[in-house]
Amino acid sequence: MVNASIEGKTYPETDPYLVGREKIREFAHAVKASSALHFDVLSAQAAGYYDVIAPPTFAVVIQERSLVSVLSDREADIDFSRVVHGDQRFVHVRPIVAGDELTSTLKVASVKSIGGHSMVTFETQVHDSSRQLVCTAISTLVVRGAE
Amino acid sequence: MTHINLASLEVGQEIGSIEFLLTRDSLVRYAGASGDFNPIHYREDIAKAVGLDGVLAHGMLTMGAAVQIAVDWIGDPGRVIDYGVRFTKPVFVDARDGAVLTVSGKIGEIDSENSIVRIDITAVAADLAVLGKAQARVRV
Repeated sequence: MVNASIEGKTYPETDPYLVGREKIREFAHAVKASSALHFDVLSAQAAGYYDVIAPPTFAVVIQERSLVSVLSDREADIDFSRVVHGDQRFVHVRPIVAGDELTSTLKVASVKSIGGHSMVTFETQVHDSSRQLVCTAISTLVVRGAE
Repeated sequence: MTHINLASLEVGQEIGSIEFLLTRDSLVRYAGASGDFNPIHYREDIAKAVGLDGVLAHGMLTMGAAVQIAVDWIGDPGRVIDYGVRFTKPVFVDARDGAVLTVSGKIGEIDSENSIVRIDITAVAADLAVLGKAQARVRV
């Protein structure tokens, strides 16, 4: 079982992640996105962006970096081999744009116990280099109890 | 502003559907792009060892592909300001034939005051809905 006392715990800010243009193109291709705004700089600029923009789920890459610190936290006691992704949400203040340097901080929003399983909800806030909030990623992991 | 006229929209109105073919190649590509190298997404033996019927797609790949229906409608992925899903069923991906993911969308809610429209998304594979409560809020 996940340690319920980690509810409310905040993990240290991650190192800056520089969002590359080719990474956006690679990710967009991988999720079968076809908008020119992911691939073509001029199209993105015509739409009012500085450079190509990332797909709406790209922040998962940043979220993963935060999650690493929780999954390796012995106090949290989360067995990764028993983890199933329950739900996921991304709330954007603005889209992620190539050239962004992003850091994230993760907070354990809640730990619930349901029928022998634990449900842990994480909130990851993603900030740019001017400390402005870009996106909040909310993720619930279901940790199956031992059979 | 976009090409969408809020006054012309109705709740329940369908905005279309798209079919995606997810193959094992798609899963490997997504693993590389996202950094999620959980072997249940490319190794049949490991997937079976942990009690699954076979290799399954990353939930985040399904989520990422499904939002395309809302992006196509609004024309600018940067206008998707809030997107959430529940992962309700796995998408098993056959080594030879892959899996077909059918995504459709309809207007769920119209917030004229803030020019925000909620698109309710349905994603189906092998006749089962694989995402629950999949909703994208877009700024019109």
